[in-house]
Amino acid sequence: MSSVKRRRSAAGERPGLRVRSALPADLAQVIAIDERATGLAKPEYWAGILRRYGRRGARRRFLVAEAGARIAGFIVGEVRDWEFGSPPCGWVFGIGVRPDAREAGIGAALLEAITADFRRLGVATVRTLIARDNQLVLSFFRSQGMMAAPVIPLEKDIG
Amino acid sequence: MRLQKNTLLALYSVLEFAAQPARQLSVAGIAESLRVSPHHLAKVLRSLGRAGLVDSVRGARGGYRFAGNARRVTLMDVIGLFEDIGAPRPRTRRGRRPAERALEQVLREIDDTARATFGSVTLDTMLKLIGRSDGRG
Repeated sequence: MSSVKRRRSAAGERPGLRVRSALPADLAQVIAIDERATGLAKPEYWAGILRRYGRRGARRRFLVAEAGARIAGFIVGEVRDWEFGSPPCGWVFGIGVRPDAREAGIGAALLEAITADFRRLGVATVRTLIARDNQLVLSFFRSQGMMAAPVIPLEKDIG
Repeated sequence: MRLQKNTLLALYSVLEFAAQPARQLSVAGIAESLRVSPHHLAKVLRSLGRAGLVDSVRGARGGYRFAGNARRVTLMDVIGLFEDIGAPRPRTRRGRRPAERALEQVLREIDDTARATFGSVTLDTMLKLIGRSDGRG
């Protein structure tokens, strides 16, 4: 797959934005974007994600959006088979956009790129899981046409 | 899930306004399309106006115009003006029957989901959804 170069300047798009696989040199910026969103720096976690997802393995993706010389956002996901009894589908389990780069179509470009990859891998559904109180990210995925999936996440306190 | 009549009128109206933000729409025109009395709809629109979602324009050719940000205003912002759907339930009091407490817990779960759903769908997203339902999006 490919890097997706965004040339048009239609609404929601941005000239000069390039979506490509993440590289080791991107990691510090990805960690910083994630830390701004979650309040927690997780260098070891992200190093592990880069090791496992950065090489664009058969069904794993770790993409970044590059604008100028800076990383404006990232997305991580993979195709999983029969998880929770579901036919193979694409899962997005991490997305982030630099706060000063929001509302410029970067999240949409990242989701579009990973969705195109999932489609090429033969799946017809993309899913994600969002905390109920994370209205920003929940609204973003809704704005991209995502609806409630026919699954209910459950949990139990086992502490 | 059922919403009250005024809540639905408010949602339909505000979507109508948000779809044509530059246009000024008359109460009579919207009332006719929603098949309600202009008097009834005017009360609903006044609530939307007090919340800053629409601006009223006075005069013979007066009416209302959208005043919000369709990418920011959510369904919950509108619904919350008219009913307490998904409002946090009071914490379980001591001494209540176990069945009441257990049911309360399940109902809270449903409320939380409803609130998160309505709070995550913006008017802009709804307009896209309407476009798709209509075969245009």
